Parts: sequence; C-alpha cells; structure tokens
Amino acid sequence: MRQPQPYDDIPGTTVFDAERSRQGYHLNQFCMSLMKPENRAAFRANEAEYLKAWPMTEAQRQRVLARDWNGMIALGGNIYFLAKLFSADGKSFQHVAAIMTGATQEAYAQMMLNGGRSPEGNRSLAEWKQRG
Amino acid sequence: MAELFAGLTTSHVPAIGAAIDNGKTNEPYWQPVFKGFEFSKAWLEKLKPDVAIVVYNDHASAFSLEIIPTFAIGCAEEFPPADEGWGARPVPVVKGHPDLAWHIAQSAILDEFDMTIVNKMEVDHGLTVPLNLMCGTPKEWPFPVIPICVNVVQYPPPTGHRCYMLGQAIRRAVESFDKDLRVLVFGTGGMSHQLQGPRAGLTNQQFDYAFLDRLTQDPQALTKITPLEYLREAGSEGIELVMWLVMRGALNDKVEEIYRFHHIPVSNTALGHIILENR
Repeated sequence: MRQPQPYDDIPGTTVFDAERSRQGYHLNQFCMSLMKPENRAAFRANEAEYLKAWPMTEAQRQRVLARDWNGMIALGGNIYFLAKLFSADGKSFQHVAAIMTGATQEAYAQMMLNGGRSPEGNRSLAEWKQRG
Repeated sequence: MAELFAGLTTSHVPAIGAAIDNGKTNEPYWQPVFKGFEFSKAWLEKLKPDVAIVVYNDHASAFSLEIIPTFAIGCAEEFPPADEGWGARPVPVVKGHPDLAWHIAQSAILDEFDMTIVNKMEVDHGLTVPLNLMCGTPKEWPFPVIPICVNVVQYPPPTGHRCYMLGQAIRRAVESFDKDLRVLVFGTGGMSHQLQGPRAGLTNQQFDYAFLDRLTQDPQALTKITPLEYLREAGSEGIELVMWLVMRGALNDKVEEIYRFHHIPVSNTALGHIILENR
C-alpha cells in the first residue's frame, strides 16, 4: 500500500518519489537506452522485441507500445525519461503535454499563448472534484 | 584571488535549443524570446568572465536511475553535448576548468557539502541552452564552464535553503582560489511550469514575479518555500527554481538588479531571466 503524501492532493500531477522510482526503474532505464542511435534503430525495427530485453511489467510494455503517456507515468514513468522516447519519435514536449491534458494540439498551444494554465482552481483535488 | 562578481539566472527550455538548431529564431513565436536576451548578451560580452559556474539539472542524460547524485560538480577538461534522443545538439564542446572545479569540490567538501566529483559527463540542454541564450551561437564558447548538477528529477530535490547554503560555500571556495579569475555564476531552470499529466501547462505569473522580486531583495524568504509549495504553485517542474538559490547564495546579501525578463509561453513554460551584480 502506498503511504499517502501531502502532494497527492495536487490534481493531475504525479510526483516521482521513491515508490514511483522503484516501480518505474526498468521502464525509465529502457527510455534512457534510446540515447544511442543503434538502440533507436533496433527499437524502431521491432518495438515489442526490443522491449522484451527490459524486465518491466507487461502492462508497462503495453503502455510504451501504445504511447500512453499518462499510463506510463501511472506505472512509474518519469517525464524526463519518457522524453527520450518521444524525442526518438520526433515529438516535442508540447506535443506530448497536449496529449496528457486531453486537449488538441491547437487548443493546448492556444492555452499556452493565452498565458498558460492558471493555478486558480488547479491547486487541489477538491477544486477539481467541485468542477466535476 | 578569484572573485565572484555577478550572477544570472535563466530558464533552459529544450525547445529554445531546437529553435536555434533549426533556424527558427526569427519566427514570430521566437522573436520576443531572443530579443529578451539582447541586453544580456551585450552585458556579458562587455564583462568577459574568465570562468562561469553553471548550476543546472541533468535531465536523465548523464545520470540515469543507476546513480542519482544530489549535488555533483564537473571536474573534467571538457563536456560533450549529449544525445537526448534526436542526436547531439550541434553546439561546441563545453570546456571545463579542472583547476578551479577541483578546488571548489575540495573546499565545499571540507565546508560540509559532500559533492559528487564527476570526471566524465555529457551535458544536455539544461546547460547548453543557457549558454546559447547568453552567448549566441559561437564556434567556441567564450569561457570555460564548471557544471554543477542539482538533482531535481528524483523527488525530493535538495531544499531551497540547502541550495542557498551551497551557493555560499561555492562563494567561499572561489574566494580562496589563488589565481586572479573573474567568475560568473548561472542558475538555470524554471520558472513556473509543469510538463506532465492532466495539469501540464500550468504557469503562475504572480508566483514568478514575487520570486524575482525577492531573489533580489529578500532571498532568505525564498529559502523558506517548501517543496510542496513549489509543486503546487510553480508546477511539478517549477521546483527547478531551487537552483536559482544556489546562484543567489553565491552573491552578496546586497545586489543590484541589472536586468530582468519574463515571458509566457516558451513551449510549456514561463521563461524567467535576471541579472544581479554584487554591491
């Protein structure tokens, strides 16, 4: 059982603490391997086969294959490690951030141009629940 | 004796590096960002530091989850740019300053800061983007660099107070170095931003402006910001701002604010930049 933490109350946010780091160790180390061009080539050639070499859970593998970014974070993925995966895919931080928020690329980019997401109403889970 | 005469901070958003590398700096989106650093480049060009200490965080490039140093100092002769998944950035190799770096490492350790000494390290956008913003795109960087890496990837990062104290220890180390060097310190990262999850895109202009004000006038107040407050108010990645306090700790209590720039958005981020000189 996960010990509750004060930061669990921040909505839409997963803090990469000790538990998540232990859970996501192999997932994150796999992402790190994509810093080498030969590994990127091998991964692209057969993603499922490449992932077999990393002792992560089957659920983690499935989320990598599906590029389910929030799903990977929920299973211990860290955004800076996941950046190696989406960079290898030729995608930007903004591209992936938009997906994680459930917005279209255009809507997300426009939100940023309008000054970003305000902290008002986004500080605690209670505020998100109220909003429904 | 070496002298630490000024400090500056700047965000290190990777998209800035991509804009430079892909020749997009004149596009309407990017123009105001680079314009915001024109004063700063001229300021730096005039002051010509002998060495820069650049406090930044490695973004899972040099350090994987195998080894996670809270504070590390680069003592190598040089630091090549890292391949972060799309090939290494086409920027010059960063030359180190091993004499001063080793001196700082030894001095800080005896001053009760247990630094990890790094003799081989590639540097990512966290270090090269600030150099681009302040120096443009020269064939060689105009000064040697001592990288100081602060862990902000694995929670918890060091507290702001601890970072401030490290800055003070770095100052003492520089001033006990027996060569006439003029040293500049960079704090990088921030300002408010969140890169992950459904709350991605969070920025907090009010928090950032107050942080900039207090960085100049009342840094002690900033050392009391808790990790929880950073996460909640500045976003999960806004906690990088603790690195700005290393810079501030290395300066005098009394500083003059020479310049400041704040701009939203840069990709997912509120970009912030300030230059402080000792008084």
